[in-house]
Amino acid sequence: MNFQESKNSKKKLKNDVIFILVLLVAVSALGAIYFLAREDGNTVTITVDGELFAEYPLDEDCTVEIRIGENLNVLVIENGKAYVSEASCPDGICSAHKPIYREGESIICLPNKVVVTVSISGEENAPDIIV
Amino acid sequence: MKNRHKKIRKLTFLSLCAAAAILLSYVEALIPPIFTAIPGIKIGLPNIAIIFILYRFGLRDAAVVSFVRLITVTLLFGNTLTFMYSFAGALLSLLLMAIIKKANFLSAIGVSVAGGVSHNLGQILIAMLLLDTAEIGYYMIILAITGIISGIFIGLCGNFIIKRLPENKI
Repeated sequence: MNFQESKNSKKKLKNDVIFILVLLVAVSALGAIYFLAREDGNTVTITVDGELFAEYPLDEDCTVEIRIGENLNVLVIENGKAYVSEASCPDGICSAHKPIYREGESIICLPNKVVVTVSISGEENAPDIIV
Repeated sequence: MKNRHKKIRKLTFLSLCAAAAILLSYVEALIPPIFTAIPGIKIGLPNIAIIFILYRFGLRDAAVVSFVRLITVTLLFGNTLTFMYSFAGALLSLLLMAIIKKANFLSAIGVSVAGGVSHNLGQILIAMLLLDTAEIGYYMIILAITGIISGIFIGLCGNFIIKRLPENKI
């Protein structure tokens, strides 16, 4: 009984290792596809609470104040990259985020519900579907 | 009479587990975040208690204790926003852990890894829903890896307690 049990648990441990490895490989494959397939974007889109706030080209330097009620995020576009320089949110995750410039990269401020996304706009690169 | 005695014992024990889970949530909140740039990276200490209950008592009791912990922690430290994130994570991870445990081909470590990853997945899904954007999905790649690592640790802890507290001693 005891022998059987320990044999069984050894088999399960082996399954654990396989399971974890498969998970890791799947995640890294997804990650590799995601990061390698991206191009540099040319447009910055700001949405607040799911609604479009504004859109700016990435190649023109500017500073945008995103002020909704008492919430404030300041977005800076500089040298073709966008970053949040200042924010009223308590965690400061958005202002600690590195500058974004590749297609699909985004800075997300959960407390203020602000999402800043880089995309490619233009006729030939228009998305098939907007989800 | 015997039956009633048993029921009270179980209730007391589950209450103790809930208290331990709440305390573990507090301990976890005291640990400073490793990367401030990536929110959501957590060890998931309360899951030690939940996984233990899942193995010793079953899904129903684990769900009740998990929910009691969630409500208490929300009232003490959280708000509606944190509640929604935690609820989504807890629900998805509990269901997945129960299914994988039932399938009976992984040990508590594998079950807890699945729990850790699916907890993060639940939170990402609710973030997608609340923010109305799919962009946050790429966080999942990082969170999946940290979920696996913390899941292994939690699984080891859970395994240890499951072994030390056999059914006949509760």
